[in-house]
Amino acid sequence: MKHDLLGLKDLSADQINHILETAAAMKNIVKSSNKKTPHLQGKTVVNLFYENSTRTRLSFELAAKYMSANAANISSSGSSVAKGETLIDTAETINAMGTDILVMRHSMSGAPHLLSKLVDASVVNAGDGMNEHPTQALLDMLTMIEHKGHIEGLKVAIVGDAKHSRVVRSNIYGLTKLGAEVSVGGPATLLPMGLDKMGCKVFDNVHEAIIDADVVMGLRIQLERQKKGLFPSIREYFRFFGVDEDRLKLAKPDAIVMHPGPVNRGVELSTSLIDGDRSVITDQVTSGVAVRMAVMYLLSRGGF
Amino acid sequence: MKLLIKNGHVIDPANGIDEVTNIFVENGVISEVGVDNDLDGLDIEIIDASGKIVAPGLVDMHVHLREPGQEYKEDIETGTRAAVCGGVTSVACMPNTDPVCDNETVVTYIKKRAEEVGYANVFPVGAISKGLEGKLLAEIGEMAFAGAVAVSDDGRPVENSGMMRRAIEYAKMFDVIVISHCEDPALGEGDMNEGAVATAMGLRGISPAAEEVMAARDILVAEAIGGRVHIAHISTRGTVELIREAKKRGVKVTCETCPHYFALTEEACMGFNTNAKMNPPLRTADDVAAIKEGLADGTIDCIVTDHAPHHPDEKQCEFGYAKNGIVGLETSLGLGIKCLVKEGVLTMSQLIEKMAVNPAHILGIAKGSLAVGQAADITIFDPEKPWTVDITKLHSKGKNSPYDGFELFGKPEYVIVNGEVIVNQFELMR
Repeated sequence: MKHDLLGLKDLSADQINHILETAAAMKNIVKSSNKKTPHLQGKTVVNLFYENSTRTRLSFELAAKYMSANAANISSSGSSVAKGETLIDTAETINAMGTDILVMRHSMSGAPHLLSKLVDASVVNAGDGMNEHPTQALLDMLTMIEHKGHIEGLKVAIVGDAKHSRVVRSNIYGLTKLGAEVSVGGPATLLPMGLDKMGCKVFDNVHEAIIDADVVMGLRIQLERQKKGLFPSIREYFRFFGVDEDRLKLAKPDAIVMHPGPVNRGVELSTSLIDGDRSVITDQVTSGVAVRMAVMYLLSRGGF
Repeated sequence: MKLLIKNGHVIDPANGIDEVTNIFVENGVISEVGVDNDLDGLDIEIIDASGKIVAPGLVDMHVHLREPGQEYKEDIETGTRAAVCGGVTSVACMPNTDPVCDNETVVTYIKKRAEEVGYANVFPVGAISKGLEGKLLAEIGEMAFAGAVAVSDDGRPVENSGMMRRAIEYAKMFDVIVISHCEDPALGEGDMNEGAVATAMGLRGISPAAEEVMAARDILVAEAIGGRVHIAHISTRGTVELIREAKKRGVKVTCETCPHYFALTEEACMGFNTNAKMNPPLRTADDVAAIKEGLADGTIDCIVTDHAPHHPDEKQCEFGYAKNGIVGLETSLGLGIKCLVKEGVLTMSQLIEKMAVNPAHILGIAKGSLAVGQAADITIFDPEKPWTVDITKLHSKGKNSPYDGFELFGKPEYVIVNGEVIVNQFELMR
């Protein structure tokens, strides 16, 4: 039976911890001077990206290469996808080439779940629509553990566009399973209905979400949301919902600042916070490679 | 050719009959009800309906037959074949074909094709507006004369309130009802019902207000001008309440719901099940309860299928790309019995009213009755007999049903259309 990583919704706390422990070990490889292990020797990893991506795609590609896998990338522009090929047909083509791990990003929620039913390869969800981005949440959790020592009992504030965010959903699933308390804050127009049912607190402001937080995570605001009328202006957004030094004072004095990237400076977070000493944003990027190495390694060895 | 349907439990709400009796059919028409003549020596076909219900053939006033133009999904032959297999002997077919049924020629074509290849009676619904664009009135008078029984831009809302007003006024002159697909597009852009289930799957939510805002508008427009309007496929508690209040005030509003709005909730979408994707979307358990209340107290007049066949490629894809709608003709009676009659929401007689009598009355067609002189459209079934849905065996070209494996009751055992026994002991005869 093959194993996939479609979302943290499907994983138990033990499975998540197993990935995080493995990732912690992998991080030593990422930080070492000789980045080559035989973990995925002879395996083929294909990155199938239907949406633009810099860090996630490169992170998966490097993770595969550090473990000696054959790695290939397909992006939707310049491929058969741009010629109108369906996901099903593309999947069967890739499957027929002997792929072991298929990493997919897609703008439609549930696309990797569909793909998983069609291919023999293990499917890793690299972000599907507004649904999940499990490796992002895993790398966020790994970063939190490195800085705070544990997840259980942490207060994590996530602020920004929760409505369109797959990052927030995966983080809520993962963090609540490991015993953290999650608060989400943002403008009411960017909060999806029923989010509280996922086990977090939801506020239509930022300060209540941030109070006493150990971790403050900004979520990317897609600037085209403003054109759709979901908030009036960037200026007003930052004034009421952006996080700067003053607002961060509501959090614990040693709170860390996170962001999944790419960041809009002066929108979700002030530039001084992004570049300040409480920012762990670049650590997140490093953790990303380690988490993806762990996920692919474990999938090739029978799952989590 | 004479036919006797013997000893069946005849339920004919239009004529107040609910008893074990006999029905004679002669030359395609019901010739006698009740008498038990000495038949010795007569050349007569006898259906023993003992222990079964003999009902007027069902009338489904909301069906997509897809012809002309989308025969890869369904056509008049396969769609009406599915209908009779579900006990439905008359269908009203929606105009969102290609070309759109917005003129006399297409109405005439559909009627002609139905006469040539149809298994059931077909009553075309014309478009309200040319090209379903909501801008200019279609030639409603000419379509009515050609045989259109209603007008609707189904699949799309009539966004412009003035347009809806003119449609109600204009259609009234030709005695055709306006059927309104209620959906405020700005509130309705999404993949499934808005709420915790959609949010947890990262799918875009459709607010119940999308339906309710426009239902309220149509009620107020009809009320203001003293016209009639029929609200299509209602799915929410709010719409049930709006229509209940409007009926109390004396507004000439009628409405329909579909089996999926009392048989399923939004949770059927979980796992990105595209066969549970439809518009209006499946709602919550509370909405299901409200739909049942509306059926029980008479707020909801009709049960229709919104039979919407699609090609497998249009459903086996990403949820957001999947087409809306499910097939329903072959499961509607079974779902009505299982979810309404067996649960005590409706009596069998009330179910037949909502699936045959009321739609015929709203459309103004001579169907839904077993009176002497009526064309013999009859459905015979045993409501205690269970059967299991197998989507691979559906007669529709569309296999997009969320009910695969469901145990239902009362699969039609005999179905008679204009006196011809088309389904005989569950077998299709042609």
